[in-house]
Amino acid sequence: MDILTLFVVIPVLTITGILFLKDTRQVRLVSAFGMGIQLILAGVLVFAYLSARNAGNTEEMLFIKDYLWFKSLNIHYAVGVDGISVAMIGLTSIVVFAGIFASWEVEFLTKEFFISLILLATGVFGFFISIDLFTMFLFYEVAVIPMYLLIGIWGSGPKEYSAMKLTLMLMGGSAILLVGLLGIYFNSAPGGTQLTFNILEISKVSIPIAAQRLFFPLTFLGFGVLGALFPFHTWSPDGHASAPTAVSMLHAGVLMKLGGYGAFRVAIFLLPEGAKELSWIFIILTSISVVYGAFGAIAQKDLKYINAYSSVSHCGLVLFAVLMMNKTAMNGAILQMISHGLMTALFFALIGMLYGRTHTRMISEMGGLMKVIPFLSVCYVIAGLASLGLPGLSGFVAEMTIFVGAFQHPELFYRIVTILAVSSIVITAVYILRVVAILLLGPTTNEHHEHLTDAKWFEKISVVTLIGSVAAIGLAPFWLSSMIGTSLQPIVDRIVALNPF
Amino acid sequence: MINFNYTIWIPLLPFLMFLFLGLAGHKYFPKLSGILGTCGLGIITLLSYITAYKYFFLSEKIDGAYQKITAVNTVWLQLTDKLHIDMGILLDPISVMMLVVITTVSLMVHIYSLGYMKGEKGFERFFAFLSLFSFSMLGLVLATNIFQMYIFWELVGVSSFLLIGFYYQKPSAVRASKKAFIVTRFADLGFLIGILILSFNTGTFDFITLTDPSGTAIAQGGGIAFLGLSVMTWSMIFVFMGGIGKSAMFPFHIWLPDAMEGPTPVSALIHAATMVVAGVYLVARMFPIYSLSAPVALEVVGYVGAFSSLFAAVIACTQTDIKRVLAYSTMSQIGYMMLALGVSGYGGHEGLGYMASMFHLFTHAMFKALLFLGAGSIIHAVHTNHMTEMGGLRKYLPITHLTFLIACLTIAGIPPLSGFFSKDEILAAAFHSNKLLFAVEYVVAGLTAFYMFRLYFSIFWGKETHYHHTPHEAPATMTIPLIILAIGSVFSGFIPFNELVTSDGKGFETELELIVAIPSVLIGLFGIVIAFIMYKKESAIPDKMAATFKYSYKWAFNKFYMDEVYLFVTKKIIFRYISQPVAWFDRHIVDATMNGIASVTQSVSLRIRGFQSGQLQKYGFVFISGAILLAILFIYLWK
Amino acid sequence: MSTGIPVQYFLILATIMFFTGVYGFLTRRNLITILMSVELILNSVNINFLAFNRYLYPHKLEGMFFSLFVIAVAAAEAAVAIAIIINIYRRFSTINVEDASEMKY
Repeated sequence: MDILTLFVVIPVLTITGILFLKDTRQVRLVSAFGMGIQLILAGVLVFAYLSARNAGNTEEMLFIKDYLWFKSLNIHYAVGVDGISVAMIGLTSIVVFAGIFASWEVEFLTKEFFISLILLATGVFGFFISIDLFTMFLFYEVAVIPMYLLIGIWGSGPKEYSAMKLTLMLMGGSAILLVGLLGIYFNSAPGGTQLTFNILEISKVSIPIAAQRLFFPLTFLGFGVLGALFPFHTWSPDGHASAPTAVSMLHAGVLMKLGGYGAFRVAIFLLPEGAKELSWIFIILTSISVVYGAFGAIAQKDLKYINAYSSVSHCGLVLFAVLMMNKTAMNGAILQMISHGLMTALFFALIGMLYGRTHTRMISEMGGLMKVIPFLSVCYVIAGLASLGLPGLSGFVAEMTIFVGAFQHPELFYRIVTILAVSSIVITAVYILRVVAILLLGPTTNEHHEHLTDAKWFEKISVVTLIGSVAAIGLAPFWLSSMIGTSLQPIVDRIVALNPF
Repeated sequence: MINFNYTIWIPLLPFLMFLFLGLAGHKYFPKLSGILGTCGLGIITLLSYITAYKYFFLSEKIDGAYQKITAVNTVWLQLTDKLHIDMGILLDPISVMMLVVITTVSLMVHIYSLGYMKGEKGFERFFAFLSLFSFSMLGLVLATNIFQMYIFWELVGVSSFLLIGFYYQKPSAVRASKKAFIVTRFADLGFLIGILILSFNTGTFDFITLTDPSGTAIAQGGGIAFLGLSVMTWSMIFVFMGGIGKSAMFPFHIWLPDAMEGPTPVSALIHAATMVVAGVYLVARMFPIYSLSAPVALEVVGYVGAFSSLFAAVIACTQTDIKRVLAYSTMSQIGYMMLALGVSGYGGHEGLGYMASMFHLFTHAMFKALLFLGAGSIIHAVHTNHMTEMGGLRKYLPITHLTFLIACLTIAGIPPLSGFFSKDEILAAAFHSNKLLFAVEYVVAGLTAFYMFRLYFSIFWGKETHYHHTPHEAPATMTIPLIILAIGSVFSGFIPFNELVTSDGKGFETELELIVAIPSVLIGLFGIVIAFIMYKKESAIPDKMAATFKYSYKWAFNKFYMDEVYLFVTKKIIFRYISQPVAWFDRHIVDATMNGIASVTQSVSLRIRGFQSGQLQKYGFVFISGAILLAILFIYLWK
Repeated sequence: MSTGIPVQYFLILATIMFFTGVYGFLTRRNLITILMSVELILNSVNINFLAFNRYLYPHKLEGMFFSLFVIAVAAAEAAVAIAIIINIYRRFSTINVEDASEMKY
């Protein structure tokens, strides 16, 4: 069996294993074990990928496997990875691994919870390895559906409402997306040969410009909804606020990245001319996302809302950079996806842990926690600093790559918009420091909080894994950036060949 | 060629120390971490001195000019084909000079803190943060390219944030740290935009390429114009904005006085001697561009510096918190340095202002660190910051008294102390190029002497105050740094800066210009005499003065209401008129639209679900009516 | 034998029966009555079958067979329907169709 299919098979096997277990403890251990293997596998994949590249393999995609599974529409189960997918798979396995430990204390319907969680992960992994549009879409849906159950059953607050809203908006997005994908499919063979869903094959033909103009907005919007594109982001605050910890982590950390990744891999890569013509509309929307999300976060009172708006801002930056359509900005977009995935997962994990102790997420009801739970508080500060782009942590690398890349755009309009987006780093600092100051520093305001216990071992595993990754990328970004950059080259070449600036 | 590879350890060692103390210090050796941190810094200080010696005296000069040496350089992040962020070490006169300044002051502060912070909760955390700061500051001055500088620029910002907020349970400290971070962050936004514009136009981040006077970067920059100024000028103004923030120039100075909430050694190190002069260093680093390609931006530097120095000096005369007086004094002195850069030209004797600025930076670091550490020793003894609650301390704190007096005389510019020389060079430079700025500096010189001696007399002379505990001199760990720095303040004026640190690396001749020097000394003495009359003994003159100039005094005392302006902007405008409306808009317009779509769907479905009643008879009725209708249609209308 | 009776008479009778059945089916709320109306409709169709068979294809028997078939189905249907009606009566103590709305919406 090839290594990529293992990424789907292992979660499925884990789920099957969990099905036959009764004891809660065993369920946890098996989940952790399965996802641990997945993490190791991701490491192996990175290693295999890099050594294949070093050995001089310059194929666009590596480890390609292709099985026809629906003949009349020419749908394949086709998998393959380049540096970008490898990076995203690495991100996913880290976040999922940390997520399992962050939900160690789920008491209600534990077995079902872990099954849904891992099912979600399966969808995400499948999405990243697919190079067939239909299979990709299938995995996308597999990832979205368990979210409904996870929020609706294990959530808090108005969970049914949030779950419904989230699922419906994402489904709406995927309906638009499906139209776009089918549009690509039916234009994939202008010469009258066999229609195809395979990304690599489609990228070799040029889709008629009229079709691109029609289907680019649909595809981009479809993925954009998942990537929290203004004004289709409102599922994010409600959904995150109601979701249980691990689900928020996975959702903000990984699932929202499907949007950015898809927008990049499908919308921009396959429809570059349409993208170039219409990018200005979406540039405006995404820059609104960036600034607006940040301003929105300042005024929030609930920790998860703050983080959800912050995600809107950061994910807006991803789409923003993708639309700039040059190598540096796109590299920054991928880095930002990874960086944001890690640090937002860290944030949500910490918020979940704080909530588990204080039973509130209102910042006004907490204060001075640094003295009581120093470990978690320090981690929170680190997460905050990563989020506001402190050098040495991953956020800085990603944001700077985006800004420098976007600023290389030859048109003045794009450069001015970039400056607008750059200004979000100040607003980010404002809301992060506001929360840190109210929540952690100062005297302990609530006497019920004076005897909280600090992190337990499984919480430490979860948090340290994430912080370690954030710091590793921040300190030594070169290898990751160049791995992504190498894979971006053919994509950018194609875009530039079709759109000479 | 001398091997400078070992300099990599100068920034790296503090970083390792930070990780070591930060991760393991708390658990395993909370008591020992101070000693460890100090020893680590001692090694670095030694390395820096060796580097300085080798650079200034052993390295070969070309055309009599010190060369810029790139000791280490590796690509850290490749951005575009041309642009890449490197991490490296650049040695040239100013960076080597800064190395000496930073390590010396930092070492003194480390030793001092061993005594000052003894028994504090978070002792090891304090030293970890100090190491982090040393790392970032050294990385900043040694940067080989502007982006590396920006990276460390942010890192010093965050270490400053951590250290100001060291007493994290004190709300005022938390507020101050937050303010410092956000204000400087806002300024850094300008810096970043400046970098973006600069790199877009020149295609490089590298300092050597950028600042090469005959290089392409300087030559091509002037061309394109935007809103009447060349793009290079714009980018340099934006870059300078970062400098304004970090160096607490008007109008981004408001964080500096509040930053005094941090422990006093921190104020001495970060907010007096090293970090706040980063803005000056930045301008000096980019000086060829300012001077040759963006003279308008350089003028902006000069005027901002002059205004800030006057503005701060006026405020300093009215403050009563000794650390705040010193903070405003710092701002005023940095204004001096900026002004000196602003009036300077490039190359040879034209570059007198540049040299003077660096010279003053050096001497200022010594005497201002001394003043702060002295203030720390006073605060340590009497447990208050307010000079109204002090008086007659000279008997109790002899060493502090003596060193403090030396520092005050130095800053007032009394010969032959170091402050006299450096200030004199600045005045001479201003005298030759801009008479207005020159006049401003005379006024500031007088004010400086006045407020410093106001401070001195109120603390050490003046009325006898009754103290709860008899104040006693600080331990040796605290007094030894005072003495060393006092020696530095006295003698550093004799260092031949005109030979070592100049704008183009070549030495030039300077002579004492009596026409400038004598009036400046007289003005200084005049200020001291006034302070002597007003504050030596308890007297009613200060109050009378305050009453006479009631409004101007009130404005100055309230720092010209700058804090209120900022509060208005942040609290009212940003929070109330932008953020809350945005949040409201999001919930009630955007989200409501989405919910609206859902509820429209729902109400429509509620309406039409009546059709699906399950009543077979209704279905039958519809079916039969339809059939009949169709039948009629087919029979009569279908022709 | 049936020369005396024109085909129209059969058709008129069948039409009257059919619409009586339809009317009853649509308006009555009693399940038994509805069942009876359905039987009326079926029988009106039977009459049509027989009449047309006799007049159009006197030598064939398909119409007759079909009628027999319908009668058989109607009998089965009546049996099932009455079984359902009895069950509904047991459950709701009524055989009014509008009252059996448990599964609605």
